Amino acid sequence: MNWRGVYAIYRFEMARTGRTLLQSIVSPVISTTLYFVVFGSAIGSRITDVGGVSYGAFIVPGLIMLSLLTQSLSNAAFGIYFPRFIGTIYEILSAPVSAFEITLGYVGAAATKSLMLGVIILATASFFVPLEIAHPLAMLFFMVLTCFGFSLFGFIIGIWADNFEKLQLIPLLVITPLVFLGGSFYSIDMLPDVWRTVSLFNPVLYLVSGFRWSFYEIADVSPLVSLTAITFFLGACLMIVWLIFKTGYRIRA
Amino acid sequence: MTDAGSGLPTGEPVISIRGVSKTYGDGFTALSDVDLDIEQGEIFALLGPNGAGKTTLINIVCGIVGASAGRVLVGGNDNVAKYRQARELIGLVPQELHTDAFETVWNTVSFTRGLFGKKTNPAHIEQVLKALSLWDKKDGEIMTLSGGMKRRVMIAKALSHEPRILFLDEPTAGVDVELRKDMWNLVRELRGTGVTVILTTHYIEEAEAIADRVGIINKGRLILVDEKAALMAKLGRKDLMLQLEKPLTAIPESLAAYGLELRNGGRELVYTFDVVSKRTGVTRLLNDVKKAGLTVCDIETKQSSLEDIFVGLVKETA
Repeated sequence: MNWRGVYAIYRFEMARTGRTLLQSIVSPVISTTLYFVVFGSAIGSRITDVGGVSYGAFIVPGLIMLSLLTQSLSNAAFGIYFPRFIGTIYEILSAPVSAFEITLGYVGAAATKSLMLGVIILATASFFVPLEIAHPLAMLFFMVLTCFGFSLFGFIIGIWADNFEKLQLIPLLVITPLVFLGGSFYSIDMLPDVWRTVSLFNPVLYLVSGFRWSFYEIADVSPLVSLTAITFFLGACLMIVWLIFKTGYRIRA
Repeated sequence: MTDAGSGLPTGEPVISIRGVSKTYGDGFTALSDVDLDIEQGEIFALLGPNGAGKTTLINIVCGIVGASAGRVLVGGNDNVAKYRQARELIGLVPQELHTDAFETVWNTVSFTRGLFGKKTNPAHIEQVLKALSLWDKKDGEIMTLSGGMKRRVMIAKALSHEPRILFLDEPTAGVDVELRKDMWNLVRELRGTGVTVILTTHYIEEAEAIADRVGIINKGRLILVDEKAALMAKLGRKDLMLQLEKPLTAIPESLAAYGLELRNGGRELVYTFDVVSKRTGVTRLLNDVKKAGLTVCDIETKQSSLEDIFVGLVKETA
């Protein structure tokens, strides 16, 4: 195992984060604050409690998930796409690092960045609403799994994309709608029967539900089902990454 | 037996390429059945026109591109099965200037060392940067550097992990005279420490000036590999130039069989002959020149350059 190689990639990626602090940390914090002001305070004050939790507090897990998902995707996707785009990938490919080590370096850095962001948003939220976390360990576990799962997914997108548009395609057109329709801002119990059934096909619902359960012990689906779903997603992404390196898809001509 | 300095087996080629072919997805065959041994500590020049397959060959050895057939041993290690051991030995300077923009010189060079699994060694990085006249730029962002400086950074990266084999892909394309000189000095210094250097070029003078051996590649086939001197002797033709006391207006009929050329306003007779043939015809020519009543005041011979050889070979295989 070439740990020095993994660390070199990890450090390089974290340094990139450091250079784009405004875009990667400040901007999500501002947008989260805006969500709290609009949904939590302005609209939320006119909404009754959801499952015994004030609306402002109810949306906190969903908001964190929204940021974790989109940021994990775009960080990891950009992290591997950019060296491909400017050609510096030659160095990674000719170095004595395995596919696993390359993935660990890039995905590890993207996941770390998302985790930091999740913690920052959580801290921001605590200024607006009284927070209680029923199962802190479970919460952390969901957060870590989600960060790694979606960073892996982003890594796959970054390898698949051959232009900047494709890089943004899935985060914007697939993930954002799925998060909004995945019960981030409501419980699916509030939906008519038909839409509730449709929602059950949305994978993000399971993430948000499990994560919210770790805060308030209220959930749309059983937390165990949530855990299974995210583990399955992580496994599927790992499998795809393995296949990508095995076949050299878009990496080794 | 191993060489104490490098840990590589001695007496065996440091790189052994056997039956390597590469056909790309679109059906284009970049390399066909290439066999090549690179000896330890030599400077090997791979010569060929653009698109001949030089870069593809390098990329296959370095692991950037997978071969369609054949195998490559680097320091005795199969470059696929034992890619770590194989790649650790290699430093690569690609043809294109692929650099990060915002990293500092120091960080990008240290990054490469880490990537190759080597323990940090600021003293070595310092030495490399100084050798490449990059020391005063070490804290500068790469994007603030000129093209020539960026090329130096790429060389520094390749040397950061103390490779035993250095690949220089078209190292002097678009490089100024000073950097070219520095680069050749560096290459000679590296060879002094036992590093094997493989460079590709389409500038013949470069190969002629620096290489020990030359391989000529065209349309994906390695046409010929030989010692530079042997190659030039084997394939070289020589020009014999006779300076005449009195200029001629035409070549005398008695000398017509020699295929002579008249230059310098008739003051110089040029006879081209094959160095390797047993009968060069020089003696006979000189006798006939005397018989024709011409007075020769000076004689000079000139070896044809690698470029002449190269052009001849590439035309033959075209």
